[in-house]
Amino acid sequence: MNRDSLGVKFLRNFMNFTDLTIKSASELLANKQVSAKELAEMSLKRIKEIDDKLHAFLYVAEAEAMEAAKEADNAIAEGENFSLTGIPYAAKDNILVKGMQATAASKILENYKATYDATVIRKLNEQQTVLMGKTNLDEFAMGSSTENSAYGPSKNPFDLTRVPGGSSGGSAVAVASGEVLFALGTDTGGSVRQPAGFCGIVGFKPTYGRSSRYGLIALGSSLDVPGVLAKTVEDAASVFQLMAGQDSYDSTTLPKPVPDYSKYLKEDLKGLKVGVPKEYFIEGMDKEVEAVVRSAIKKMEELGASVSETSLPHSSYALAAYYIILPVEISANLSRYDGIRYGLSVAGKNLEEVYYNTRTKGFGAEPKRRIMIGTYASSAGYFDAYYKKAKLAQQLIRKDFTDAFEKYDLLVTPTTPAPAFKFGEKSDPLSMYLADVFTVGLNIAGVPGLSMPAGMTKAGLPVGVQLVAGHFAEEKLFGAAHALELALNLKLKPRLTG
Amino acid sequence: MAISTDEVNRIAKLARLSFSEAEKQKLQQELSAILDYVDQLKEVGGKAKEEKPDPDAVNLMRNDVAESPDDPEEFLKQAPGRQGNFIKVKSVME
Repeated sequence: MNRDSLGVKFLRNFMNFTDLTIKSASELLANKQVSAKELAEMSLKRIKEIDDKLHAFLYVAEAEAMEAAKEADNAIAEGENFSLTGIPYAAKDNILVKGMQATAASKILENYKATYDATVIRKLNEQQTVLMGKTNLDEFAMGSSTENSAYGPSKNPFDLTRVPGGSSGGSAVAVASGEVLFALGTDTGGSVRQPAGFCGIVGFKPTYGRSSRYGLIALGSSLDVPGVLAKTVEDAASVFQLMAGQDSYDSTTLPKPVPDYSKYLKEDLKGLKVGVPKEYFIEGMDKEVEAVVRSAIKKMEELGASVSETSLPHSSYALAAYYIILPVEISANLSRYDGIRYGLSVAGKNLEEVYYNTRTKGFGAEPKRRIMIGTYASSAGYFDAYYKKAKLAQQLIRKDFTDAFEKYDLLVTPTTPAPAFKFGEKSDPLSMYLADVFTVGLNIAGVPGLSMPAGMTKAGLPVGVQLVAGHFAEEKLFGAAHALELALNLKLKPRLTG
Repeated sequence: MAISTDEVNRIAKLARLSFSEAEKQKLQQELSAILDYVDQLKEVGGKAKEEKPDPDAVNLMRNDVAESPDDPEEFLKQAPGRQGNFIKVKSVME
């Protein structure tokens, strides 16, 4: 029996792949107790066993992953072992990987192959991290449930009759169900934090301007950020370590020094000032969610934090401002899908008909709806009434946050007003938009946030708590979230049943 | 505020999208509901007057130098219509 199969046997007998974290897997790799090839095989095996049921993946990159794992093993043999070398991960299918599909879960990009790597992918490739495939999302990241995917929804691993959240739902499912050790997502209004909350994992959104957007398929360019979905806070911090920093290919990334986040992971919260904004505990929110989040806040107090109620008085404008600013940017960003240079092209008798036919056939209902709102709100006569007002509201919301962070290190809120909902439950667009009511404010203000599991409802659905920090203060999020995670010591296990 | 059918037609034309009559009716209702919701932004006017630029925001420039020249073939082969090194499109005017 060769060493390879012995290693697999060791792990299969004594350890579940689904229990591994980036940290534990990377220790096993460093100690030669497992190879990158074996990790990739275990990830593929898990995907093949359960993904028919969950539909986290739109594309499983089996051949590419085995090749990457081989290179990772070579690198490790040569002593080039970085924190993410050989770690199997997944990327949301709106992040470009050269030569691989990037559908954004839209029919309009069904046959598109990316011609370059996103900056985050390039950095992961440099560490020989192993990409297992591309994950499902709401079409062009527009949605909160993956029900808007043109390729069918993903299922919540804690209850298959419920949505996993969105738009990075496939990434959340892939991590929560143990198919991969971490996944990349994008967050424009909560698309990383909300599905992380629904699936009982950690979801992290950086400050706007901290991480490069180069190679992310644009939704709302002034709001989009890349994000991380991981099993632990420490894992999320180690992936973000790689993503943070200025990139000459994204002129909105700022030249600020990037701290070593691992040095900030704390075990208590002594001296930490925490604010609880009262606008995030609204009438009509789920009572169990409120109770679980309140008990997590109490835990922070026990850990030494001084907690008091505060106010972000303009919070109620956040969602309204979002649903003007975002659609206006969408209507501009999605004008590039016209059937001329790449993607779907539907014939017509003249150029204009090609545009009409391609866009009408290629876009699903939600992109069309948002293109329509955005076109309306930015058209002559309405721009001042809507877009300009929304930008003014954005200024007030941003100031709410910057004022709060003069007094507090962190703010704490529920990630969502209710746990994961059933498929089809939110059939009108506005009720779906309200699923993001606690997450959009951070994108409007540009501040970083992290959702982590706070507990479960009686029915066995995860509840997320959201920590918020000031601009470029990500280390405070990781530090406090790590301490809270240790203290809560939750071991959420998805049932993978309906 | 309610959006008229004429408005839906006008926006659809600007956005280069076609809709059936049934779709237009549904859109009319959905867009009206969304615009009703965002109407609360009208109150904002009194509180904030001018949009101020973010003081931390700076323009970041780099030299316009190709660092890793991409192969034009990679881009051209994605195009639906092609003639030599050109992307082929329908005539703009007839």
